[in-house]
Amino acid sequence: MGKKVALTGDMAAAEAMRQINPDVVAAYPITPQTEIMMNFAQFKANGLVDTELVRVESEHSAMSACVGSAAGGARTMTATSANGLALMHEVVYIAASSRLPIVMAVVNRALSAPINIHCDHSDTMAERDSGWIQIFSQNPQEVYDHIFLALKLAEHHDVLLPVMVNQDGFITSHGVEPVELLDDEVIKNFIGEYIPKYPLLDIDNPITYGPLDLYDYYFEHKRQQVEAMENALKVYPKVAEELSKITNRKYPMIEKYNIEDADYIIVTMSSAAGTTKYVVEKLREQGKKVGLLKIRLFRPFPIDEVAQTLAGKKAVAVLDRSASFGSFPPLAEEIKNSCYDLENRPPIYSFIFGLGGRDLLPAHIEYVFQGLMENKFDTKRIEYLGVRE
Amino acid sequence: MKAKLKGWKEMPIGGVIDEPGNAKAYKTGGWRSMRPILDKEKCINCYFCWFYCPDNSVIVENGDVKGVNLDYCKGCGICAAVCPKNAITMEEETKFLKE
Repeated sequence: MGKKVALTGDMAAAEAMRQINPDVVAAYPITPQTEIMMNFAQFKANGLVDTELVRVESEHSAMSACVGSAAGGARTMTATSANGLALMHEVVYIAASSRLPIVMAVVNRALSAPINIHCDHSDTMAERDSGWIQIFSQNPQEVYDHIFLALKLAEHHDVLLPVMVNQDGFITSHGVEPVELLDDEVIKNFIGEYIPKYPLLDIDNPITYGPLDLYDYYFEHKRQQVEAMENALKVYPKVAEELSKITNRKYPMIEKYNIEDADYIIVTMSSAAGTTKYVVEKLREQGKKVGLLKIRLFRPFPIDEVAQTLAGKKAVAVLDRSASFGSFPPLAEEIKNSCYDLENRPPIYSFIFGLGGRDLLPAHIEYVFQGLMENKFDTKRIEYLGVRE
Repeated sequence: MKAKLKGWKEMPIGGVIDEPGNAKAYKTGGWRSMRPILDKEKCINCYFCWFYCPDNSVIVENGDVKGVNLDYCKGCGICAAVCPKNAITMEEETKFLKE
């Protein structure tokens, strides 16, 4: 086992990147870039990585450089946040459609306007349909572990999709927590050598990336992407199991916390799951049958596992850290969709919290559980936690 | 006449083209909405259609105009317009959809 050190989520991500020692990292070096790249650049300056570090003039260029590098056959990583991810948007789709296994650490922060640098999930949710695998981390330890999981999943030849490893801005990215680090050698063995499927630099087997693809073939390529996501759902448990062997920690697609005998469930992601666990413990001591379902893997979404877990529950509250203006927020939609075919479908209530870094307090969670138990919410309405009327 | 298109299970992923120079195999005739039909009874082998065709799609064998290569003909109708004997008529491609 490795050593335990105090790290922020940003530092944990940078440390994982150092241990992976990717061939290429392309990133925009100015805000909204985070300390992930600051720390990684330091590693490069100190000669601790062999990585070609490409500092580009925008986030759009950062992802473009990653696409070029990954197509060339290089193990490629980057990091971004908030409006930076939004600026990448066009190329985020191109990376996934070209089936390039890029791993990107994303610090989830609010999108403008007005200008806000604090935590919410609107940045990553805007990329929901881009074709990237999306993993959400509760704390710095999960950030660190998830990056290895992401790399191995992305590079699996049945998958070959890029992966975003999400963490909550400031709450996780700047919060110092104990993180158990593995030895460099252990990581090296775990990730193995990267074998690209179609390396552009293999001049003996010339190929073309990104050609014109009209109505006669485009649809088939999209169908392949759907299949790759389904494969990711099958490959994920195997990779998670492999990682568990070296970390002694578990990485289920969905984490069931006091779920078995629970009647009232909160479903949420990232750091909010930590707060919810604290409240679940507290209410359990009072004999309340409450539990938490934490979603780790958001894309591909583990529909069947979620449905099985929520079948027959008395009430379910879904807590989203982003809005979808004009409809229910993303996680609530997923949970409702997953449960639709259940015969014993629970009522599902939607809550929005924490936009722009507004704190989610234990009192908010208690309010939700209490309301579920008293049957005082309306499934047709979104409730807002901590907003002023 | 139309080339058999591959299904998603048979294709390289990511839009990658894994054989160089295969644009040659791409049958651009699929773009056509009008199809030229040659009436050999009227044709006098003047070769106007052959000269004017922008896609080299008029087939001439041993001095005789035989018809049009539908793999590449895009149905522009120039051949029909320049024919002095009105031997070429343009027909809606949808009529031949079953082919």
